[in-house]
Amino acid sequence: MNGLANALMASFGKDVVADENATPATFTVPAERFADAANILRESYAFLCAEWAADDTNSGRGYSVYACYRAGSEYLIVRAELSRDNPEFPSLVKHFVPAYRFERQIRSLMGVIPSGHPDSRPWIKFEDWPEDAWPLRKSFDAATKMPRLDGQYAWLRAEGEGVYEIPVGPVHAGIIEPGHFRFQAVGETIINLEERLGYVHKGIEKRFESMTWETAVKLAGRVSGDTTVAHSMAYCMALESMTHSDVPVRAKWLRALFLERERIANHIGDIGAICNDAAFAFMIYQCSRLKEVMIANNLKLFGHRFMMDRVIPGGVTVDIDAAAKQEILTELDYLSEQFDVIVRIYEESSSLEDRVRNTGILTSELARELCTVGIVARASGLNVDCRVHNPFPPYDSIGIVSPVLTAGDVHARVWVRVEEIRDSIRLIRRILGQIPHSPIAARCNTPLPETTGFAAVEGWRGEIIYWLACGQKGEINRCMVRDPSSVNWLALEQAIKGNIVPDFPLCNKSFNQSYSGHDL
Amino acid sequence: MTKPLHLILIEILQVVIVIAAAPAFLGWVDMLKCWLQGRTSAGIMQPYRNIAKLFVKDVVLADNASWIFRITPYLVFGTAVVVGSVIPIISTNLFLAPSADIIVVIAIFATARFFMALAGMDIGTAFGGMGASREMMIASLTEPAILMAIFTVSLAGRSTSLLHIVQSFSNGALVLRPSIVFAGIAFVLVVIAEAGRVPVDNPSTHLELTMVHEAMILEYSGRHLALIEWGSMIRFFLFVTLGIACFLPWGIASTDDAGSIAASVFFMVIKAAVIGVVVVLIETGLAKMRLFRLTEFLGAAFLLSTLGVIAFFILE
Repeated sequence: MNGLANALMASFGKDVVADENATPATFTVPAERFADAANILRESYAFLCAEWAADDTNSGRGYSVYACYRAGSEYLIVRAELSRDNPEFPSLVKHFVPAYRFERQIRSLMGVIPSGHPDSRPWIKFEDWPEDAWPLRKSFDAATKMPRLDGQYAWLRAEGEGVYEIPVGPVHAGIIEPGHFRFQAVGETIINLEERLGYVHKGIEKRFESMTWETAVKLAGRVSGDTTVAHSMAYCMALESMTHSDVPVRAKWLRALFLERERIANHIGDIGAICNDAAFAFMIYQCSRLKEVMIANNLKLFGHRFMMDRVIPGGVTVDIDAAAKQEILTELDYLSEQFDVIVRIYEESSSLEDRVRNTGILTSELARELCTVGIVARASGLNVDCRVHNPFPPYDSIGIVSPVLTAGDVHARVWVRVEEIRDSIRLIRRILGQIPHSPIAARCNTPLPETTGFAAVEGWRGEIIYWLACGQKGEINRCMVRDPSSVNWLALEQAIKGNIVPDFPLCNKSFNQSYSGHDL
Repeated sequence: MTKPLHLILIEILQVVIVIAAAPAFLGWVDMLKCWLQGRTSAGIMQPYRNIAKLFVKDVVLADNASWIFRITPYLVFGTAVVVGSVIPIISTNLFLAPSADIIVVIAIFATARFFMALAGMDIGTAFGGMGASREMMIASLTEPAILMAIFTVSLAGRSTSLLHIVQSFSNGALVLRPSIVFAGIAFVLVVIAEAGRVPVDNPSTHLELTMVHEAMILEYSGRHLALIEWGSMIRFFLFVTLGIACFLPWGIASTDDAGSIAASVFFMVIKAAVIGVVVVLIETGLAKMRLFRLTEFLGAAFLLSTLGVIAFFILE
């Protein structure tokens, strides 16, 4: 259970200060040994979940840098304190690939320097802002008007005969979020893809710091609109963990109900959209129709199509009665029957199969190396699912079947979704059958100064992590949001290599990562 | 050939029908497609509305657009109209039909395509060049196949003139000839590619990276785009009527009285409507092919049309 903690303590000895009361166990190491800790944890088969920095200057200290690891069901945070004048820490890139972007982000937004990081280009922050404007620092006023600069982003270049460059975006022809993709291709074969994200950077992490604990849940619900339930749930659970507040058991079951409904609706939409990118338009219309059935029911039963703001600290805002239960059961019967027909069409369409099989393969090794999460990981043979590894009620009692496929291609990512929809339908039926009676909300305590909270929730894309820190006056000092997209975007760059240019939209859609959740 | 004025009138009537009916044919295909996908359709008139909308919009032209870019829309539309005047659609007594044989028809289409590819590259955006290169790759595969299919038909009709082919087929008994069947299947495969339909290209996609035809015309707007879209509709319709003339010519009028012209228009509508159904069935049932699968698809078309030629010499 605490293999990571033991490994860290065994090799660091007196160099490590453990705070076992924090969730998860947090270990403070000297800054210069921050990367050593990563190395040791890597040897214990840990994944890097997130890496972020916090500004503690309001509490009279300097900066701190955090790295969150996971192995099996054990989460662990390694922390290092950095000086105020020279905040620098050894980069983890050598040990964990996803640190590549986390650390670029830390440098760009917090001005904390990862020494030894090979790439000093900004990430999220664009070159038209001055290099030394660090919006996440406490000394940075969010209302500042920045002078616009002329800057150039140094794109990776590929040269040679027949190599040409295709810039795509950030504005696309379809109605999707903005992101820039730059392909280097020889003929139609992609030899490299470089992503540039940050076009929907809204300063969400900074905004959190000016909100109250109660109102911040609304912001969390808007980090990525299609994942509103999972995000607000992760925020609430992090807050509840730091304040040791009890949530009524019925509220927990209702949260799971919302979460599974969100999963089904999004997965169905995705399956249709993936097929549409192979010009198999029949699927998108049928899948959209089914998705709409669910969403319309959400509005009818819970008062919002996406169930936004239905999860609040301490519980939920809407309950279900017997009539609503019956309605959901009828809907599920209809849905599962229709869904089976659609899946059969998908399976029997050989021309579609020809497109989705062996396209955009993310190998198991790469998926492991890049610490991917969620459907992307499960399609590439990684058995990672917070609902299985860190189950909270009702997931501890209703039995999740988390599908894991090994092919890692577009089809595998479709099929993981198909299996998850089927399992989620089963879960909702069990939830409705066994949901216990209790109030649906309780008072959530106010956090004590200098405490931290943490939660990981399996949204439909994958594991969402929130880490909260309370300041000295009881305010939100830092709210770290890690959407699954923050790690999975890296996997897309790798999966597309060697594929042909016209297959990119299909691969991209099968990943379907959030721009908003990544850019924050 | 005794009443040239009469013939000119028929010719004018046919050109008007081609220009006016081509959007309706596409509208019919789109409408059926909607129905088959379980949607409500926008109706058969939607392509007309799209064209009308584009005509009232302003043209946005890139600063570095050359004359090639500006002339291409007119060229695409113009070549389509020229071809529309020489294929026997409503009558074999066409004034202009003797001026061009079937090979010239294919060559005129190829000229339009050549200018379209140049225009695609003219602005210098990545997508235009990408679309042009894909279009030329497809063209290099379709043109041999379509020519072989047409040679088969010409051998059977003992002429490369469409008029003679239509006449010799219409007068002959309805016999299923293996060479014509091979050529007919090959022709269908090629037309799907030429017209940029699923599974070769997806005319309704918004995904820049997968486009072929749409990628080349991505920079066009306003009346330029309207002409290109309209030209493409006519081109699609003409391939269908070319197929009708070569493989299902029964019903095309050979006399020029009003009654037989009306009858041949009626048959043309029926035949085009049925072909529309076939196109829709293919489009709904298939996903788009991976780009490099096209070589197999069009290779099969070439093989079939070659078999047609061989079958002609062996069996007939």
